[in-house]
Amino acid sequence: MAGAGAAVLGLLLLLGSPGGSTGPPRDSLREELLLSPLPSGDLAATFQFRARWDSELHREGVSHYRLFPKALGQLISKYLVRELHLSLTQGFWRTRTWGQPYLQAPAGAELWVWFQDSVTDVDKAWKELSNILSGIFCASLNFIDSTNTVTPTASFKPLGLANVTDHHLLRYAVLPREVVCTENLTPWKKLLPCGSKAGLAVLLKAERLFHSSYHSQAVHIRPICRDASCLSVSWELRQTLTVVFDTFSVGQGKRDWSLFKMFSRTVTEACPLASESKIYVDISSKTQENELLEVTPLPLSVHEAPVQGDRRTYAVYDLLSPSLFNVSRSLNVQLKWKRPQDSLDLSTPVLHAQRYVSGYGLQTGEISTLIYNTHPYRAFPVILLETVPWYLRLYVHTLVITTKGKENKPSYIHYQPAQDRRRPHLLEMLIQLPANSVTKITIQFERALLKWTEYTPDPNHGFYVSPSVLSALVPSVIAMKAEDAEQNPLFTSLFPSSDGSSYFVRLYTEPLLVNLPTPDFSMPYNVICLTCTVVAVCYGSFYNLLTRTFHVEEPSRGGLAKRLANIIRKVRGVPPL
Amino acid sequence: MAADAAEKARGKRAALSFAAVALVLGLPLWWKTTETYRASLPYTGISALGSLRFQLTVPVAVVFAKGALPGAQWRRLPFADTQEEESLLNPKTSVTARYETTYRGATATEQAALAMATVQEADAALLPLQEDLVGALTVYVIPETSLLLPQGVGVYVGKHRSAVMRGTQGPGDVLAAISARVQQIVQAMSFTTDSITTALSDRVPMDQLGTDTRRPFKSSLGYEITFSLLNPDPKSHDVHWDIEAAVNSYVQPFLDKLGSVANFSVDSQILYYAVLGVSPRFDKASSSFILSALSLPHVINPVEARLGSSATSLYPVLNFLLYVPERVHSPLYIQDKDGAAVGTNAFHSPRWGGIMVYNIDHPAPDKAPLPLRVDVDMVRVMEVFLAQLRLLFGISQVPLPEEFLLESPGNKGLSDWELDRLLWTRTVENIATVSTTLTSLAQLLDKIGNIVIKDDVASEVYHAVASAQTAMLELASGHLGSAFQASKEAVTSSERAFFDPSLLHLLYFPDDQKFAIYIPLFLPMAVPILLSLVKILREAKQSKKEPMKTD
Repeated sequence: MAGAGAAVLGLLLLLGSPGGSTGPPRDSLREELLLSPLPSGDLAATFQFRARWDSELHREGVSHYRLFPKALGQLISKYLVRELHLSLTQGFWRTRTWGQPYLQAPAGAELWVWFQDSVTDVDKAWKELSNILSGIFCASLNFIDSTNTVTPTASFKPLGLANVTDHHLLRYAVLPREVVCTENLTPWKKLLPCGSKAGLAVLLKAERLFHSSYHSQAVHIRPICRDASCLSVSWELRQTLTVVFDTFSVGQGKRDWSLFKMFSRTVTEACPLASESKIYVDISSKTQENELLEVTPLPLSVHEAPVQGDRRTYAVYDLLSPSLFNVSRSLNVQLKWKRPQDSLDLSTPVLHAQRYVSGYGLQTGEISTLIYNTHPYRAFPVILLETVPWYLRLYVHTLVITTKGKENKPSYIHYQPAQDRRRPHLLEMLIQLPANSVTKITIQFERALLKWTEYTPDPNHGFYVSPSVLSALVPSVIAMKAEDAEQNPLFTSLFPSSDGSSYFVRLYTEPLLVNLPTPDFSMPYNVICLTCTVVAVCYGSFYNLLTRTFHVEEPSRGGLAKRLANIIRKVRGVPPL
Repeated sequence: MAADAAEKARGKRAALSFAAVALVLGLPLWWKTTETYRASLPYTGISALGSLRFQLTVPVAVVFAKGALPGAQWRRLPFADTQEEESLLNPKTSVTARYETTYRGATATEQAALAMATVQEADAALLPLQEDLVGALTVYVIPETSLLLPQGVGVYVGKHRSAVMRGTQGPGDVLAAISARVQQIVQAMSFTTDSITTALSDRVPMDQLGTDTRRPFKSSLGYEITFSLLNPDPKSHDVHWDIEAAVNSYVQPFLDKLGSVANFSVDSQILYYAVLGVSPRFDKASSSFILSALSLPHVINPVEARLGSSATSLYPVLNFLLYVPERVHSPLYIQDKDGAAVGTNAFHSPRWGGIMVYNIDHPAPDKAPLPLRVDVDMVRVMEVFLAQLRLLFGISQVPLPEEFLLESPGNKGLSDWELDRLLWTRTVENIATVSTTLTSLAQLLDKIGNIVIKDDVASEVYHAVASAQTAMLELASGHLGSAFQASKEAVTSSERAFFDPSLLHLLYFPDDQKFAIYIPLFLPMAVPILLSLVKILREAKQSKKEPMKTD
């Protein structure tokens, strides 16, 4: 009977009936773990959990949640959010040595939200939304205010289904100071339908995850097409967590690893609610330099996918297939290198960047950004977004962009100057990167003096400047064919790929730490004391002068000194004074 | 010598004028510039609200059908009559119930309606003839011999704001008997001293209250109702519930009816791997698992961590949990204090919500593959949850004599007079809340000098006081609907004033720090002035003594 009902439902959906409210909204959960050895010898583990809900969240009245978390669903329907991306990151992804990440996030907290065009007061909604998110994730997102919020015009496009791209509905903020810890991980895990009780989330043990070189957790919510015809909208919640383990320190100098070694747990079952539960292990180097490494147990299947412009091979363990747990009750994926790896060719990624502050003294300084294009023959454009707090006063006339010793004129530039204590500088540029080149962008700034209450509790630590964002369509080495997004592994499908010849990359540079002139904080009290003393001295002498009575003193026997002198004189036989 | 004295006098005058300037000019200037801003507040109005003398007026119309009253009595019938009943809850709170009864004969249309075959039809026909006023009641008195009411039923309480009662015939004072009966009906349909005491539970000593008084939710402007399905064992149970349809057909009509009382939002969620905090005891005799009443208090806390509070509103949340026990712990039954199984297998927690355990019939393990698909019988579940919802809102059944016949409220789940009952208690509770809030604000301002009161906060306070006074007046004149609206406004304004963040702006500025800053200025200035004043005083004393000595 139930089967028949499902068939009818399927038929209705096939017909594309708009009034398809006959059954409850369907939702599905997919979970996957991607383990990829990094060129430097470290190991990156990327968890992705995707809850997809075939329902319209923006409707009035009753809302019923199953796999989609209620807290986030309510948030979206109340504040009319079209897209929400939040990431909390500890550490910095070293693109040069680790290669291109699947999902990059800046150090600290990053939040960007697209609102629906029916929102009248976007700033108010943004403020309330960030406050509520701060409560949900126990993060200091409540520090997001107008001084660190910007509205980029070109860098951040909606990742999901959108017909409105009016950038006034977008808000973007980064808090580079935010420290991510267990208290942020627990609420994040709570959003998973299976919690940390079953499935891949069992591996998420806080003490191991934070004993790593890099930890980044994120929540991405976006509307997607329900089916190929794209007549109705589904909502997708992607919870991702990337962690980089230093295998050398964990594995006593060896690069071999296993699930148990890293997470101190093994996988025993898939989440019963998940429709797909897979572990992918990147074994691309196996095929290249034949039989360099060995994975145990033997993978049931091998998946080849073009990822980030490169063809990659993955060993796939499907936790839902019954044969996997036939031999042993738990799955402990292991990877062994057959030969010691001494000379690893660190193939540098096509696009990477670095940023630093230069200059001396506490008055002026210079921010320099270096963008590398290592592609041997293809030039491509990159959008650079710089957000600089108001207390670093940028001089736009000092903006210099040089490539190979020549000036490189940006083809698009959007600059919004800061207003003191109101909004930060926003600088967006579209820069053409010639093949095999380094582009240097410098801009000078002046450090502002803050009011004494505006300094942080540890002002000598310095003030953070949020990372700049690079968005680019990088030409790929191999041709990629457009595949059905539903079938692909999750890690390939968050960012849209426009065509087969290039792929989208978003990179973040290092956050900067700038010292501002810091006053002596006992200064106000000293000033009060000093002025009071000056006032008291002036007043005292004035008072003395006015109230003292002067009269002629009769010569008297004199003071103690005179009497002493007289006694001495008497002894000496000299007449007294 | 004379010049010396003049010089001395000048010095004295200078010192005195310094002291005078410091006192007259310096001190007020310092006071004014360091003062915290405080707009004027209606302190008299607030203290007047502190002692609440409620006067609750219920307009009652008693309509006599033809033949219900003998002719002699009919002539003695007064046009209107007022009865008052005062009860003192504490020295500052008293409630006066005032029943304004008007008597009249039935009109022709009412007579026709009362002549209908069944009382239900009569009730429906009489509805358009009544005054549509919230809180006003109509009692129809029909002849004792009338067949409208079934045998053995003396009073019929309808769906709306009316009741039909059988008159009495006899030699005695029929009118007195009728009015005693009317009083009983009116109390059942409006409020009793008990229900008002419950509403004012904060102002009444604990020992005067029954156990049930702490059960209903506090009056609030809105409520969030969350239905959660807890499935601790998704590997063996694939539980589905059609909550959307159930909410639409059972809960929503009830909430629509309550829409004038508060805003409601309903949502539901399914939580997996959410377990109860206690492990149930296995009972061999019935081969089932048992949760005793004593362990129930420990059930809620671990579950609540998973429930999650509402992210988007500050209204209180009512939780209704449907718990499907794990396969290894089923069937699971709740036992009451006497060891008997609870029929509904559910319990509620005061001011929190309710939990129901839903057992699943397990076929032989080899027959059905896991997970077992389960479709929850929503009718059974919603019956329990709706009953709990009524309890948590304080819409409980009034104990009535046996001969009373209550009409079932129909698919709305709530009859008009039950709503009125709720409004009476809620209005009283709201006014009491406003009074408490404003009184504590006034006390706080009195105690802590550093609290700033801005103009907009002050205007909220004024509005709250005015609205509370309006609500009291409307209650006294029998306009329940407008009284409730006014009390709601008063609550909103008073809460907004009390929780305004601007109140705290200067709170962290303790006096010792203030003086640490002022001492460097005050000490060097005050010491010379004080010293010279002391000197002047001493000299003045001496000069008074000196003439005595020379004499």
